[in-house]
Amino acid sequence: MQPILQALNVRKTYGDHVALNDVSLEIPERSIFGLLGPNGAGKTSLIRIITQITGADEGEIRIRGERLAPRHIAEIGYLPEERGLYKKMKVGEQLLYLARLKGLSRVEATQRIKAWLQRLDLTPWAEKNVEDLSKGMQQKVQFIATVLHEPKIIILDEPFSGFDPINANLIKDEILALRDKGATIIFSTHRMESVEEMCDNIALINRSRKVLDGPVGAVRDTFRTQTYSVEGKGRLMIVHPDFEVLEHNERENGHFHDIIRLHAGTTPNDLLRYLIGNVEVQAFRELIPSINEIFIRRVRETMPETLMEEPVMP
Amino acid sequence: MPSNFWLITQREYLTRVKKRSFLILTLLVPVIIAAFGFFIVKIATSDNETQETVQVLDKSGQNLGQRLVNSPQMHFRPVAGNLEEVKKQYLKSEDDGLLYLPAGLSLATPNGVQLYAKGNVSIRKQRAVEDALDKLFSEDKMKASGLSQEKLDALKTDINVASINLDESGKEKNSNALATSGIAYALALLIYAFIFMYGVQIMRGVGEEKSSRIMEVMLSSVKPFELMMGKIIGIAAVGLTQFLLWGILSVGATSAITAIFADKLTAPKTETAATTATSADADQAAAAAVGRQVTSADGSAAATPAAAVSERFGVFKALRGLPLGMIAFGFVIYFLGGYLLYGALFGAIGAAVDDQTDTQQFMFPITMPLILSYIIGVSVILRNPDGPVAFWMSMIPFTSPIAMVIRLPFGVPMWQLALSIGLLIIGFIGTVWVAARIYRVGVLMYGKKITYRELSKWLFYKG
Repeated sequence: MQPILQALNVRKTYGDHVALNDVSLEIPERSIFGLLGPNGAGKTSLIRIITQITGADEGEIRIRGERLAPRHIAEIGYLPEERGLYKKMKVGEQLLYLARLKGLSRVEATQRIKAWLQRLDLTPWAEKNVEDLSKGMQQKVQFIATVLHEPKIIILDEPFSGFDPINANLIKDEILALRDKGATIIFSTHRMESVEEMCDNIALINRSRKVLDGPVGAVRDTFRTQTYSVEGKGRLMIVHPDFEVLEHNERENGHFHDIIRLHAGTTPNDLLRYLIGNVEVQAFRELIPSINEIFIRRVRETMPETLMEEPVMP
Repeated sequence: MPSNFWLITQREYLTRVKKRSFLILTLLVPVIIAAFGFFIVKIATSDNETQETVQVLDKSGQNLGQRLVNSPQMHFRPVAGNLEEVKKQYLKSEDDGLLYLPAGLSLATPNGVQLYAKGNVSIRKQRAVEDALDKLFSEDKMKASGLSQEKLDALKTDINVASINLDESGKEKNSNALATSGIAYALALLIYAFIFMYGVQIMRGVGEEKSSRIMEVMLSSVKPFELMMGKIIGIAAVGLTQFLLWGILSVGATSAITAIFADKLTAPKTETAATTATSADADQAAAAAVGRQVTSADGSAAATPAAAVSERFGVFKALRGLPLGMIAFGFVIYFLGGYLLYGALFGAIGAAVDDQTDTQQFMFPITMPLILSYIIGVSVILRNPDGPVAFWMSMIPFTSPIAMVIRLPFGVPMWQLALSIGLLIIGFIGTVWVAARIYRVGVLMYGKKITYRELSKWLFYKG
């Protein structure tokens, strides 16, 4: 299937600063894509190119194979990290204005606004000025403004920063519902653990370069370390050429918790079989590296000199 | 999306016009103008009307006191007695002054005349007394030199200079320098005030968008240029609405006040002439008329109400003699051109800085030419509208909006007007280009110390 969005060798500089260096991506339709990397890596620069706030110096963006053009603006919904609303405008008026700028007619926009305000429990606030709303409510209004024109591509920069846990869950559910209805979601964040479990695909960006991308499962598979966590009861004294104990913890009542790595050619079942013969197994779990760990390892492999430095904003 | 610009303009307009402060300001200013105008007219006319009584104690023995001529402002009442007594009586009386002509006053030694008053003696009062005495003395001196009374009467003339403007084609036009200057001054003030008031609003508006962080959301829907121009045009519409309402309401309020106090004032209703004209004309006419009334009261103190009316009629006749078409056309061009040029720059400042308090360093170089052209305009150019200063300032796009409208009522050669408008258009396009570039980069730039060097770099960032 043709990807809904492609970036081809995109490069962007601001004066002497290189914000994006030869970045290429593919984002499949109806998926959730995680654009991950530390602050200042170039994520926002890439998003601003996709949303046509700025243009790429080199390379191009394609939407369903077509070169990015002004008509695509209506197909994209963008919630920037720096969120804002006109403080002195009423909630309803403001949503209407933003929706009409995306090309919606007054009648259609009004209907959708009504439905969304109801859905997110904001109906009583429609006639209030934005500045009278709590921060959480303002964020809901901002979210509505992002999705009101039913964009095919929804870009959320640091989507859950600043949301309280209840609203974060509410928004999460809405995002999944939108995906199910056919939208493609792009998350951009430096807090990788916050979106890890939702993403189908990810790309890692560091220091203006893409360092890794692919489906989350495949990325994880490549970084599997054949390490297992074992909890049980008994005296575990492994002396075996196929297994290596990385960590051994004794607990009270003869309980233990070990971290064990398999050597090449050994399967988890081999380990289990060995364990069952010696102790009572209560928990057995593979230790899969988090995206964050993968990121750090990958960066250490590819550009070891950069990781220790604090990334800087342009 | 061609309609986005329109949507932005509409929002900028409506949110401002719907504000309570807009309503209050729109209602308050005409009341202030009307009250102020009424106050001036009241002072001017009451000064003219009241006749002051001055007691005259004549010890000169030349019957000078009897011969002092009463005027509409001054009535002389002879009294007798010695000075100290008369002074005491004067203090008890309701008269405005006591003139003491001492013994030994003669043509050769006109000294020792004293004017007593309760409180300080006003210059006007003193001048009126001096004039009256002057007249007596000069008559006597002329008689002494052998002139007959008939000759003296024949010598008295009342000269009223009518100035005629000869234009290049040799046609004669009635001109009234005061009306011409009045219009020039009023138009310049209008442009100056408009650019300042609403230019600063553009700057604030952009600053608010930046600090409320709505900018990035907006820019994912619209182009920075659309956003900037939408704001500039929307605020211009707010300004025009406000000025129009001020014009109409001021005329209304002034008419109301003059109607209420009509019997107390001899001032004719200049407003009736103004209401029939368009609002811009109304402003000019009203401004010219008010200016005329003030000067007629101060300058020619002796003018009777009848004379004032005829002079005012002269003003309107002079107005008709002015190149009104050219003035109107030029005013619209320079008004819009000047506003757009400066508006774009104000927008760029708002975009460049994070904090409203940082605007000062960038405000200065922009407001400087505006303030200078106004100050030099109403002094140098108004006095010499065809001089080199006037010429050059009306060519430079940053000063021409004010300098040229001051020159327009005096008549400007066609080629100069064309050249100046051409330069203004080039200047306007150039400024908007520069402003748009600064705006585009600036609106998304936070937390950076902005210098001129930095700004000049932004001009060459690729889109």
